[in-house]
Amino acid sequence: MIAYIVRRLLYAVPILIGVNLITFALFFVVNTPDDMARMQLGVKRVTQEAIDKWKAERGYDRPLLYNAGAQGAQRVTDTVFFHKSVRLFVFDFGQADDQRDIAHEIRTRMWPSLAVALPVFLVGIAVNITFALLMAFFRATYIDFWGVVLCVALMSISTLFYIISGQYLVSKLWRLVPISGYDGGLDAVRFIILPVIIGVASGIGSGARWYRTIFLEEIGKDYVRTARAKGLAETTVLFRHVLRNAMIPILTGAVAAIPLLFLGSLLTESFFGIPGLGSYTIDAIGSQDFAVVRSMVFLGSVLYIVGLILTDISYTLADPRVRFE
Amino acid sequence: MIVVLWTDVLVWLLVAALSGYAWFVHRREHLAAPWRRVSQSAAGMVALVVLVPYLAVGLADSLHFRPRLEARPGANAAAGRAAYSVEVLSVLDLALAPLRRNTERTYSEPFATRAYAKETVELGGGRVAREFPRLRFGGADLADEDDRGRDIVARLVRGAGLGLVVWLAGTFALVAALARGADAAYGELWRALWRGRTRTAWRAVLASAALVLVAAFATASLASGYHVLGTDKVGIDVLYLALKSVRTGLIIGALTTLVMLPFAVLLGIMAGYFKGWVDDVIQYLYTTLNSIPGVLLIAAAVLMMQVYIDTHPELFPTSAQRADLRLLFLCIILGLTNWTGLARLLRGETLKLRELEFVQAAQAFGVGPARILTRHVLPNVMHLVIISLVMDFSGLVLAEAVLSYVGVGVDPSMISFGTMINAARLEIAREPMVWWVLAAAFIFMFALVLAANLFADAVRDAFDPRVRVGAALAGKAA
Repeated sequence: MIAYIVRRLLYAVPILIGVNLITFALFFVVNTPDDMARMQLGVKRVTQEAIDKWKAERGYDRPLLYNAGAQGAQRVTDTVFFHKSVRLFVFDFGQADDQRDIAHEIRTRMWPSLAVALPVFLVGIAVNITFALLMAFFRATYIDFWGVVLCVALMSISTLFYIISGQYLVSKLWRLVPISGYDGGLDAVRFIILPVIIGVASGIGSGARWYRTIFLEEIGKDYVRTARAKGLAETTVLFRHVLRNAMIPILTGAVAAIPLLFLGSLLTESFFGIPGLGSYTIDAIGSQDFAVVRSMVFLGSVLYIVGLILTDISYTLADPRVRFE
Repeated sequence: MIVVLWTDVLVWLLVAALSGYAWFVHRREHLAAPWRRVSQSAAGMVALVVLVPYLAVGLADSLHFRPRLEARPGANAAAGRAAYSVEVLSVLDLALAPLRRNTERTYSEPFATRAYAKETVELGGGRVAREFPRLRFGGADLADEDDRGRDIVARLVRGAGLGLVVWLAGTFALVAALARGADAAYGELWRALWRGRTRTAWRAVLASAALVLVAAFATASLASGYHVLGTDKVGIDVLYLALKSVRTGLIIGALTTLVMLPFAVLLGIMAGYFKGWVDDVIQYLYTTLNSIPGVLLIAAAVLMMQVYIDTHPELFPTSAQRADLRLLFLCIILGLTNWTGLARLLRGETLKLRELEFVQAAQAFGVGPARILTRHVLPNVMHLVIISLVMDFSGLVLAEAVLSYVGVGVDPSMISFGTMINAARLEIAREPMVWWVLAAAFIFMFALVLAANLFADAVRDAFDPRVRVGAALAGKAA
């Protein structure tokens, strides 16, 4: 088991190197630091001195890949690539444009993100499974048919409309909870409840429909026929046999998403003013803070790979038929 | 002067390719059979009837030109050539010229005759008053504003009537064509149509076509006298904005898949067929791309493109061309982040196919790998390609709105559902609320995405009787 995990971790290294190279190419080769400086300082009427100052402040004034002017190992280490890209591997993200430490921001901002994303994730799974089981139980009846139609209709509404209409109805018209904001401690509940409800509602369409297909697929299998032939009631078959077997694909699929919960949701957080990583990223995109966007890209892929590894492990834990190879 | 935008070229190329495909399929029974199954699905055909007007609007909006300016006396006469406006228009703009030109000063409600905000109006004789001024265009034909209700009903009835007439004509033409084709009696055909017993789901088509035609003609008739969906902040008719947004949505949905298709198909079947190091390299490639969260990769790429556009303004003569190139680039970026799902699916399917007898027989006969891939493997995975093509479409239309909100979507000057929502979002806090811009974007987007989803379901059911593929794709979407 441990050998397997170690091997999976080693597989992740080349992928992270690849991600690193892609971001490096995107941020420093497609456009030189000079271009970025010119863009930030205003395209027209910008002096070379201002550009140089901008670059020096952010440490972009080194050569990209190879520093011919330096000595020994410094030839490789005193470069933009080493300082800005290789350092990401030890989670040294450097500074944002407002001189704040990105790593510190990430550490403080991931908790509000998690406070919203985790309830959405858990409640979402529970609601989707309930809805999907209901449709599977009444399969091939009008309840099932209209359930699927409802799912497709819910899927066809943009998340933006869920958020806008939710904010309008609950916060503005009924004045039940504040429109946006965040607070630490137990007070956070007031601010979190609406984003969670909206997050769950916007996910029901695709989620419940997907789970329904998983349930229906399980129902078609031989062991279900055997269970019915034994004379078991339909509810017993569904809840004892089908549900437990269908949980394998559902849970393993869900596990992959867990690490990414830290990143939060861009839309929800920016609409509700939650100071998480999602709104951090959106603000960075808006103010064109390249250092922050680059860090978030790297962090996101690290979390994705952690999710992949967790998925493989959870397969073996949830389904005894799967063995490590 | 005709202006050819990059996305226009690709759109018409896509239309040509689709026509070629339709002609190709039409002559081959085994390829036409699944499409015939689509035509038997009532939900799929209703969705198609809804999609057709969208496509028509999108295509009409993909023929661009710059209008010739009226030569001013004296000016430019020496040069002896016509001057062209810097504004790039499309055929759709020509058709909607009244809508485009009849702008107000600011917000006005749907069917309003007076503006939404009070203005200072001179009453003559030096007196001024604060009141809601009459609109320049909305209800301008009315002598008395109290007649508005009657006028609206009259226009509605006229439009709906015209729509019904067109529908009846179309229905009779269809029955005549069917009767000639099937060599059947008219009465029998009418009965079969009425009871929904025709092979192709004509009853569903006709019912939905009636709705669509009546709605379209009624709207057109109303739009000749009022702002049916109100006007936006700078007084542009919202109906016009919504119709112009259609092209952006369609292009994002269709071109993105088109851009990624060659990569996904080629790399997917190569990885599955060759296995070994080719497989390793390709798998590494898509795992790496996949591991970057989509929105972040798009954001990073679009930010970088913005830097490029801002530092190279000389490359883009008109703002329409700049916006267009940005749209194309967005499609490419979305394609790059989207191809991995299809590639993985094709790899798995090819892994199974390569062990089958007909592929092994081809190998034994000494057929080269390139020929095996194109002649034996590709046709057998085409159903997956078609399914994922239609399934991805609706998700991409939705993604455009979100990306535009985040600020990494289409150019802010380009009319799209995302920019419409974005502009209207802040007005929700106003009292009384400006709701109609959001409502218009919602209705147009919802109808488009819902129709695309239903059509995609019909196509999936027709092309793949197993639900598994659908589950895998839905899982990707979730």
